[in-house]
Amino acid sequence: MTATEAPIPDVSTSAAGNPLGFGRMLRKEDARFVRGQGHYVDDVNLHGMLHSAILRSSYAHARIVSIDTSAAEAHPKVKAVITGKTLETLNLAWMPTLSGDVVSVLATDKVRFQGQEVAYVVAEDEYAARDALELIEVEYEPLPAVVDARHALDPDAPIIRDDLEGRTDNKIYDWEAGDQAACDEVFANAEVVVAEDMIYPRVHPAPMETCGSVAHMDKVTGKLTIWTTTQAPHAHRTIYALVAGLPEQKIQVISPDIGGGFGNKVGIYPGYVLSIVGSIVTGAPVKWVEDRSENLMSTSFARDYHMHGEIAATREGKILALRVDVLADHGAFNGVAQPTKFPAGFFHIFTGSYDYPAAHCKVTAVYTNKALGGVAYACSFRITEAVYLVERMVTCLADELKMDPAELRMKNLLRPEQFPYTSPTGWEYDSGDYPRALKEAMRIAGYDELRREQAERRAAAAGPDADPAAPLMGIGLSFFTEGVGAGPRKHMDILGLGMADGCELRIHPTGKAQLRLSVQTQGQGHETTFAQIVSHVIGLPPEDIEVIHGDTDNTPFGLGTYGSRSTPVSGAAAAVAAQRIKDKARIIAAAALECSVDDLEWEHGRWFVKGDPSQGKTIAEIAMAAHSSLELPEGVEGHLDASVVYNPPNLTYPFGAYICVVDVDPQTGVVKVRRFIAVDDCGPRINPMIVEGQVHGGLADGVGMALMEVIAFDSDGNNLGGSFMDYLLPTSMECPSWELGETVTPSPHHPIGVKGVGESATVGSPPAVVNAVLDAIQVRQADMPFTPAMTWRALQGRNLRPDLAIE
Amino acid sequence: MQVPAPFEYERATSVDEAIALLTRHGADARLVAGGHSLLPMMKLRLARPETLIDINGLSDLDYIRVDGDEIALGAMTRHAAVLDSPLLAEHYRIFAEAERVIADPLVRNRGTVGGSLCQADPSEDLSAVFSALRGRAVIRAASGTRSVDLRDFHRGPYETAVGPAEILLEVRVPIRPRTGSAYQKVERRAGDWSIAAVGAFVQIDGDTISDVGIGITAVGAEHFACVAAEDQLRGSPATPEAVAAAAATCARSCHPSADQRGPEDYKRHLVEVLAGRALTQSIARARGEAS
Repeated sequence: MTATEAPIPDVSTSAAGNPLGFGRMLRKEDARFVRGQGHYVDDVNLHGMLHSAILRSSYAHARIVSIDTSAAEAHPKVKAVITGKTLETLNLAWMPTLSGDVVSVLATDKVRFQGQEVAYVVAEDEYAARDALELIEVEYEPLPAVVDARHALDPDAPIIRDDLEGRTDNKIYDWEAGDQAACDEVFANAEVVVAEDMIYPRVHPAPMETCGSVAHMDKVTGKLTIWTTTQAPHAHRTIYALVAGLPEQKIQVISPDIGGGFGNKVGIYPGYVLSIVGSIVTGAPVKWVEDRSENLMSTSFARDYHMHGEIAATREGKILALRVDVLADHGAFNGVAQPTKFPAGFFHIFTGSYDYPAAHCKVTAVYTNKALGGVAYACSFRITEAVYLVERMVTCLADELKMDPAELRMKNLLRPEQFPYTSPTGWEYDSGDYPRALKEAMRIAGYDELRREQAERRAAAAGPDADPAAPLMGIGLSFFTEGVGAGPRKHMDILGLGMADGCELRIHPTGKAQLRLSVQTQGQGHETTFAQIVSHVIGLPPEDIEVIHGDTDNTPFGLGTYGSRSTPVSGAAAAVAAQRIKDKARIIAAAALECSVDDLEWEHGRWFVKGDPSQGKTIAEIAMAAHSSLELPEGVEGHLDASVVYNPPNLTYPFGAYICVVDVDPQTGVVKVRRFIAVDDCGPRINPMIVEGQVHGGLADGVGMALMEVIAFDSDGNNLGGSFMDYLLPTSMECPSWELGETVTPSPHHPIGVKGVGESATVGSPPAVVNAVLDAIQVRQADMPFTPAMTWRALQGRNLRPDLAIE
Repeated sequence: MQVPAPFEYERATSVDEAIALLTRHGADARLVAGGHSLLPMMKLRLARPETLIDINGLSDLDYIRVDGDEIALGAMTRHAAVLDSPLLAEHYRIFAEAERVIADPLVRNRGTVGGSLCQADPSEDLSAVFSALRGRAVIRAASGTRSVDLRDFHRGPYETAVGPAEILLEVRVPIRPRTGSAYQKVERRAGDWSIAAVGAFVQIDGDTISDVGIGITAVGAEHFACVAAEDQLRGSPATPEAVAAAAATCARSCHPSADQRGPEDYKRHLVEVLAGRALTQSIARARGEAS
């Protein structure tokens, strides 16, 4: 199959009214979700199951002097109390992170962030487990905390990771990309240079379902079964084998329905490991489910990039170069999850969607006394930080040049004929028509009319009868390019595991199919989308294709769902598997029809004899024949199955143009998002309704991050975002009715041309909102989130830092 | 899952029984009405009552009615009923305007007037509303019933005039002719606590302000009010200048503290803006110039 320029049209429908292939259909999984019949980790209840809870540090940085568990152990319902000392005897006190560091399962020497795991209680019920936590006496010796990342490398900063031999500072790494000398030369000779400091603050993925696990070590069979909230069940199985020394063939990881991941459920948390230890120690199944505050305070955060950007251009607005220095706050342990070769993820795609030859980035990562950070939140491995940087810098440049930001973008966007395009930092963009997407967004927005309205309002505000409370109108743009679908195994692995995905497709004798995937849905609609992919290729109705995922004993190996990789990688695997079925079906049809394969022609779902369409076999008929006594040609096996491991040749590069319109109350600083226009190009849309849902969610994320989401810390390292009263997620009240558009530019290297869309809107929307707010208040640079106070202070020219406590 | 510490549970079927249960269980017993403040605090183990006495069965305390020259709101009246009350809408727009921005519909369906006042959160909205209107709280003990001015009701954060073996029965608000009222609140997001909020009523006599009440929440205003600004306005002409001066007094006399909702200077500024808006709107309504 090769992708074509035109979107693949809807085909005929099944008996159930579903498209035989691409098109809108209700999600197969929704029937159980809307009835409240989903089955999540916390719904797992096994006979004799015990419950557990974790005692967490109240300090950000303190030496553990002593832990007295005797009173907790005496609690009548307590079955086990486990500390770091217990784990040391099992060599399990520390475990590897996904990025070459180690993290403590239970603290032994020091606690290094508020909320860190200190002790673990297994009890008959969850009430007793929580009660017993209060009976554990921990004596701490408080230490000064490193809170402000900008002071982490000060000579007198306390050393956080004194557990690592030879550590004399808090630096994790320096990393760079691009040609610094060439870039510096362009800057030295540029007519215009704009420089700004900006923070992409620490935020949290905050899935509705918190993390948890139920571990059952069967003493008779020696088999460990763990039901757990994971986006990557196969990777978790392998890591459990490596960490705990358990035989991998006796580990089954089951990821049932997952209530949102967004990157939060990629890594392995101490709680998962502790539930396994708890089951081994007690001999019973053990459930551990964290509460909301535990999720917000101790599981992986996202972002936390302090960026200094500089952009060079001509006076006419031709961009020449971009460079950036990043200070990355990784918290107390380097727990980022991304391909090994790329310690700053894909941040070095920061040149964005524009045509210029020179770029350089330098990233310095530091330890601070905060939970391990930088994992995700629908960021496509740090592309959200990259897009934020370039889209803010381009907007600042437009401000400096007094040029319309849309005009400046249009002038510099990559042209369609430049694809495939190799960026200055080495990315090969597969396909795109950027000006078309921006024009479409401007058309939907009525861009010129919006600018006219803004000019009128500004003129009125400057007039003699101006109303001081009249809202300030702002228009913000963002154009993003993502690189998703990690990735080619020669370049990309996590902990040495290459990022190729397996997939198995079986057609049963009656023509019903099972598709086994390595990726795990957390709400993306895999059960529907993947059925539609198979339907698209072989014409079976989507309702006849059961998608099986999230159980390592019943699915092939693969690295999981994050970085928008499911459709680009596993979707390709499914398409290739279906194509193999289709090819094999042709041979079987030829045998059944007693003709040559060359005499057969394909119509959706059926092979027939050229020139005699009445002579043909449907896939269902062929499936029955494949399992029958029909004699097959030499070398052709019976049955109708296919197994594929797909190694993507490149990433796919979805893109989009976003426009946001806001009104700001100049007296209170309250920001109201009036409109949001999002034109996304993710290639052909398998199920447009699911794509739109993904975009809606991402846009809400963007409004959240731009206007309210942030986790700040006070000077003692106390987490100031530890509940949903403190960590604010946007509601429908803050979101306008989204206005969506699309263009379709297929990926030339993907079997069905699709590019992945799970994170596009989360990546692309924050700078559009921020650009709109700053356009409204006519301030060049201030940091999100634009809460009323932050906005008002920016209007006053006295910006607040979002990462620190407001004083 | 967040789970509370152990506690006993009792269910009262009458006010007398509730008082008897409070008497029997002592100072570590707490009444629970809607539970939307108390239960989260218990789950976080910030509150640990030994006994919870459920008064959701006291439906005789669920009313909004005219009683003489006052409106009486029963302690078990749900927020949603206050929001939707035509009687309150007729006399005091401030109620619906405040209720519309209290939490969300789920909380408003369950949370009660009495619960909100007795929880006495320093950022609570109805405390500012009743303080602005200078309502009276009617409190019952085994020994009898007493009435406390709302401005003496709050004794500090999470502390009220209601004693350990007492129960708030109702709140009474005087009906005032030629009066307009309004509530202005700024929050970071729908359902968040106020950064600051100001409620007001203004009674007009010709061009003069004959009476006024200003309630303020979330910024450390004494008794959720600003008496100095009220004194400044009472008897003065209802002009923009007078409103601006009173709003500035509100900003000066409150005691905001910096937190993640904003720094002190912003909160003070916000009080001035919101007081100005609430008073201006109240005057316009009193004059019948605004809906």
